[in-house]
Formats: sequence, structure tokens, C-alpha cells
Amino acid sequence: MRKTSGRRRSLGPLPWIGPAVLLIALIVLWPVVEMVRSSFLRIRRSGVVRGYNGTDNYERLFDEPDFGQVLWNTAVWVVSVVGITIVLSLALAQLFNQHFPGRRVTRWALIIPWAASVFMTAIVFRWMLHHGYGAINTLLVDLHILDEGRDWLGEPSTAFPWMIAVGVFVSLPFTTYTLLAGLQTIPGEVYEAARMDGASPWRTYLSITLPLLRPAVLVAVVINLINVFNSFPIIWAMTGGGPGYETDTTTTYMYKLKVADIGESAALSVVNFGLVIVLVVVYLRVSRWNREAD
Amino acid sequence: MTLKKVLITCTAWLVALIFVLPYAQMFLGALRPSDELTDAGYLPSRFEWSNFINVWKDSALGDNLQVSLMVAGLSTLLVVVVALPAAYYTARRRYRGRGAFLLLVLATQMFQPTALLVGLYREFHTFGMLNEIWALVLVNAAFNLAFAVWILTAYFSSIPVELEEAAMIDGASRLGALRRVTLPLAMPGIVTAVIFAFITAWNEFVVALALITTPEKQPLTVGIDSFLGEYEVQWQYLFAGSLVAIVPVVILFAFIEKHVVSGLTAGSVK
Repeated sequence: MRKTSGRRRSLGPLPWIGPAVLLIALIVLWPVVEMVRSSFLRIRRSGVVRGYNGTDNYERLFDEPDFGQVLWNTAVWVVSVVGITIVLSLALAQLFNQHFPGRRVTRWALIIPWAASVFMTAIVFRWMLHHGYGAINTLLVDLHILDEGRDWLGEPSTAFPWMIAVGVFVSLPFTTYTLLAGLQTIPGEVYEAARMDGASPWRTYLSITLPLLRPAVLVAVVINLINVFNSFPIIWAMTGGGPGYETDTTTTYMYKLKVADIGESAALSVVNFGLVIVLVVVYLRVSRWNREAD
Repeated sequence: MTLKKVLITCTAWLVALIFVLPYAQMFLGALRPSDELTDAGYLPSRFEWSNFINVWKDSALGDNLQVSLMVAGLSTLLVVVVALPAAYYTARRRYRGRGAFLLLVLATQMFQPTALLVGLYREFHTFGMLNEIWALVLVNAAFNLAFAVWILTAYFSSIPVELEEAAMIDGASRLGALRRVTLPLAMPGIVTAVIFAFITAWNEFVVALALITTPEKQPLTVGIDSFLGEYEVQWQYLFAGSLVAIVPVVILFAFIEKHVVSGLTAGSVK
């Protein structure tokens, strides 16, 4: 007995954390390396590698006539979904932090889109938006807002805002809960002091709650940036990126390229990776810079 | 009740209603008779409960459900088996490479399988594991590991070592103390990790879409896609299938609702 435990000690942390490290190395780190490598390879549709071709994949990607449009869509998608989500969540967190009858039940309603499959949620929106028999069109016609049902998802100009709305809808629960958790960390005495000083509720919110909520907002923005940038099911379910590539983001475009040309798709994945990192770093820099200016 | 309170209550219930509405629509859609699918009315003339039964007969949905259960169940099991010892050791010891390990876990939490899709596809192509359910089990386990390690490490750290030592003085072995003292106390964390890993794997879509091409081997999320025909959509079956997938996990989620945020954001705050 003594002997085996002695040998175990010499192995150190390996038996404990080894399996976790192995799993991460194999399924997370390996694909990263493989992806970067593939972006410099010429790969046939069959998967057969035809050797290195330098930066050809990247050049072909940047020469794609739709790439500019797709990049623009991605910027609009990420900025609007994350921005609107944060603003609405700040209000929702404030609301659900109050005491009122049925708070538990209403909070349960809030978590449904979080727990449910995003793809299935997006599909039900596609159904509700159907130009012939969708409930949203029926309602708008009944309210005399529209004369007849519109094909909301058929045109990019109306499809994109609806996709953003669904993106916000599924991002709200997590974000609101994160901000609610942030609100819990603010000690009650701070509000007490503000009230004694005769500060108005709005003033109290702006100069006390919001600054103290900063860490929670920071975390919520970063996690949402990553999630929304990589969001695939909403666009896939609602428009499939169409018509053409007009409602594609770089994530769905990457998926489409994967079918046609894996090497080019890998190049876009690497670009995506870079974009997410740049996005997060820029956001963190800007928010820290603001703090120093305070 | 003051006017302010009435206002707050009404707003909160209205918000709750908005969140439930799409799923209520899903429910009504699942109950529509097939000849009323293209009617614009809000409610069907009668509720076709047999949709929930028929959906299993004419499609691969039964197989899809089995695949979903297998992928979510096995990947969750793998997560627990791998994360428990790692989290326990990390909470109890200051070993060399501890910081590096935590950084590695944090980095994975920032990764999304979608972002690595091409790499994953190429890797499983190399291993000859495309179209294999095991590939999904591994991917889901690996990407859900970070959350489990974070939340379990936090729970184990909050349990005083003295409790284990006291049990050992009373004659329990190290493993016995772990089993009878530490694990029960860490149960809320373990339950949270298990349910969250299960739900995330259950809802996973894009990796399954990319890797699995045989309809019978696809999980529910991808399988219901088969009702979305080019010209005709069988909405009633699509939604009946979706509800079977959604209702159980929403109920499960309600149990862990409070703990999830700490696990998801813990890494980013430190």
C-alpha cells in the first residue's frame, strides 16, 4: 500500500488532471492547429490533400465578390445583437430585481429561450413570420397595420432586422441573469446613503448602480461578443443566409465554403478567429481606457 | 399595493408572456390538423393530439431521440469523470502548472465548436470518424469540460479541508472521506455541472450538422430539419418533435438556474 501511494506522489498531478488536459488537447487544440494548417493546403472535395499552396486560399477568399457584403453583415449583426441585448438586459435586470407577486414564475419564463434549442426557437419564428399564414402577419393585418401579409424573410432589408430580433431574444436570458448576479453584489448601504443625500432614482442608477455593475457588464459583453459572432442556427434556420449571400455572416459563409472548398473555409475560420480576438481586445481596451479617463 | 408595484408587476408579467409566446405558438402548431397548416387563424378548429404520436411513426425521429440521449448522456458522463478529479485536485493542491491548467480551461471556455468546425471536420476525417456518434460525444464533452471544471473547483474550494481530515481521524480512508463528506457537500455543484453539460450537448446543432450525414445517426436538433421540405413543411411534426426536445430541458434548467451564471462568468472575472 505504502509503495503504491509513494509512486502516485511521484506522478504528481498527472492522474488527476491528465485526462482533462488530454481531452482538451485532442478536441480543442488539435483542431486549432489543423485548421491553421488546412488554410495553407489545397484540399480536394473528397478530402484528399494536394499539397501546400501558400496563401492561395486567403487570396481567393478576399477576392470573393460577396466577401465585403458578408463582412458588413457580420459587423451589423454583432454590434446590433450585443448592443440591444445589453441595453434591454440592463432594464430587465432592474425589473426582475424588484419584489413583486409571481417573481419566481416570471423568472422561469425568462429562462425558456436559454434552455431551449436555439435552432428550434429560430424555426418557430420563421413559422410566425411566414408570409401566407404566419401569426405575426395575421396579427398585423388584424390590427390594420398591414393590408396583407409581408414576406419578411424574403427580402434582406426586413429579414436581417428580424434575425437580429431573434438573436437578441435568445441572448437576453443569460445576459439578464449575469446582470442580476451583478446587482446582488451591490451592498444595500450604498443606496441608503444615496437616498439620504436626496438623489433621484435615475441619478442613483446612473452614478451608483451602473458604475458598480461595470464588471458584470464587461463579462456579459465579452461572452456575448463571442457567442453572437459564432452564432449559426438563427441565420441558418431563418434565411439560410439567402437570398444569395445577402444575410450571411462570416460564420454561415464559412459553413457554405466548407462544402465547396475546405481550404478556403479554413482560411475564413482563421480570419474569424482573428476577428473575435481583435473584437474582444478592442472592447476591453476601450472600456479600460474609459475608466482611466473617469 | 402601491401604484408603482402594480406597474412593476404588470410589466414583469408582460415580459414573461413575450418570452413564453413563441413556445405557445410552437405548442399550437404541433396540435394543428394537417389540413389546417396553411390557415392563417390563430387557433386550429380542433386539437390533433395524435400528431405527437404520429411523428414517431413516419420519420427517423425515434432514432434521432435515441442519438440525442446517447450523445448528451455519454458526453455528460465523460465530463463528470474527467472534471471531478481535475477540479478536486486543483481545489486542494498548489501543484506546478496549476495556473497553466486553469488558463487552458479558461481559454477553452472562450472557444466555440462553431469557430473550430473546419478543424474538427478535418481531424475526424483523418481519424475516419466522420458520421460517427462518438465524434459528437467527444466534441460535446471537450467543450463542456471548462464549465464543469470551473464550477466544481469553486465548490470543492469552499469545502474546508478540515472536514475531510476530521473524517479521516474518525477512521475513514481518504477515499471514504471524499465519498462521504466532500462529494455530498459538493452535490449542488455536481448537479449544476451535470445538467448544464447535458442541456448544452442536447441542444448542440452545428457540429452534428457538419459531421453526421446519415439521417438515423443525427440528433434531434438536426433530425427535425427533415420536416423542412423545399416545397412543403410539416410544421405540426416539426413542432411536436421540437417540444419533446425542449420541455424536459427547460424543466431541468429551472433547477440549476441560480448556479449557472457563477459557472459561466467565474472564469472571466478572475
